[in-house]
Amino acid sequence: MFDGLFSSESLQEALRILQEEIPFAIWETFYVTVLSTAFAIVIGLPLGVLLVVGEKNGVRPLPAWLLKALNVIINLLRSIPFLILMIMVFPLSRLIIGTTVGTNASIVPLVVAAFPFIARLVEGSMREVNPNVVEAAQSMGATPFQIIWKVMIPESIPSLISNATVAITTILGYSAMSGIIGGGGLGKIAIDYGYYRYKYLIMVLAVILLILLVQVFQSIGTHLSIKSDKRLKK
Amino acid sequence: MIELNHLSKTFYVSDGTVEALRDITLHIEDGDIYGIIGMSGAGKSTLVRCINMLERPTSGQVIVDGKEMDTMSAAELREARRSITMIFQGFNLLMQRNCLQNVCFPMELAGLKKSEARQRAMELLELVGLPDKAKAYPAQLSGGQQQRVAIARALASNPKVLLCDEATSALDPNTTHAILSLIQEINQKLGITVVVITHQMSVVEDICNHVAILDGGIVVEEGPVSEVFSSPQSAAAKKLVFPSGVDETLLSQTEGRRIRLVFNGAQVTGAPIIAKMAVDIGVLANIIAASTRTIEAQAYGNMLLDVPTEDGQFERALAYLRAIPNVIAEEVED
Repeated sequence: MFDGLFSSESLQEALRILQEEIPFAIWETFYVTVLSTAFAIVIGLPLGVLLVVGEKNGVRPLPAWLLKALNVIINLLRSIPFLILMIMVFPLSRLIIGTTVGTNASIVPLVVAAFPFIARLVEGSMREVNPNVVEAAQSMGATPFQIIWKVMIPESIPSLISNATVAITTILGYSAMSGIIGGGGLGKIAIDYGYYRYKYLIMVLAVILLILLVQVFQSIGTHLSIKSDKRLKK
Repeated sequence: MIELNHLSKTFYVSDGTVEALRDITLHIEDGDIYGIIGMSGAGKSTLVRCINMLERPTSGQVIVDGKEMDTMSAAELREARRSITMIFQGFNLLMQRNCLQNVCFPMELAGLKKSEARQRAMELLELVGLPDKAKAYPAQLSGGQQQRVAIARALASNPKVLLCDEATSALDPNTTHAILSLIQEINQKLGITVVVITHQMSVVEDICNHVAILDGGIVVEEGPVSEVFSSPQSAAAKKLVFPSGVDETLLSQTEGRRIRLVFNGAQVTGAPIIAKMAVDIGVLANIIAASTRTIEAQAYGNMLLDVPTEDGQFERALAYLRAIPNVIAEEVED
């Protein structure tokens, strides 16, 4: 498989792609990942908060059937393999973007796959908030909305940032998979050149760049999470 | 200020029910410092949480400042809670906010203007002795300092009642004393009614005027602290008023019967009572523990004696001690 990986011919071609296609691919990957994560957070954050505050002993209890339904939907979406999900949401992509292939269309399945995952991560962050502090806020006459907005979310910021980092790196991995449906970026280059045309050097190159991107996102996230945490004495 | 009428609270747990409070009736006067004391599991935390409805009583009535708490709507209750604030054993400050922002928090909830809130918060931090910690985060403060910030926060909404739920239990003795003094100062300066929940008699003796002793979910004794201290009636009260530092294992090793002696220190300290008893009637008592305490600005001595039982010595000793003015002596059983 790796015969002639570094032949002068393949090196030359790699150099050409590196200059002509990779910069734009990196941008596309970055754009798809960040945008998908942002949309997924917009949907997933409120859902994750609801999962905790809506419990029987929560700050704002919801009807039991509603909470149950929420849990089932989230579990359902999380159990569908991403490759299948990409194809299943075609109608939705067509409705929102107008097409089912291409970079923008790949954002739709990414958001659908990521928001239930983010809801679960947010749920975890919310459960870490000291219940005694919530009780203290209640004893001061805070409304359920004030408790969510001024206590639960601000108190769990470091945990939320660290979980957002987990989410963005996972979505980055998924975005590479969306090369299959024509979603642009490093994943598409790896599949087009490496898988379809046996240019393994290009594939390896794309994978290395993906690894670097994950490293960058993770380092920034860890740094921000620690920096935001006022519990750590300075 | 606070009236509890026939208050009961039953918890439903997986294997049956737990009666945390049973038919509790208490009246707490305006401007009082009222202690509620009991061992762990006596129901004292549940009781204090019923006052601001963090815990809904199963039956009975809670009236604070003339308003019946248990029939209020959620919005009315939130409004009422602004005048019944609370401090906690774990301080429960917002860890991601600095001290000033923590003190501003209740004012923010009430919709006060930011500039006004900040100004008042600074005044309150000054009142609790921490004006220089406004920009510090709770994690950078000691336990005592955190509790001071929590007190400032509790005062921010101009409360009429301050509930202290084991507020000093996580602090060392010196810090405990400093925090209690602060609470007393606030009570005197601002006229706020204070309810103190504790398992330590020393806390009650330090600042409370009245005390209720809670045991197994019922009030077994209630009254002015000096009265309960000098002549406790219930078994729970007798256990609580033992001189500090009595070792349980030491108690079980004593051979004779035990007498607890309380004397008004200011009037009796001149006489060496125990030595005099040995000379006068020849009874050699062993002092297991002794301490002095100041209750309602009066010094009290508190002593636990082990007295031999042979030849009626115990009865003679008890009669001898009871004959001394300003001394209260009684037998203590296990």
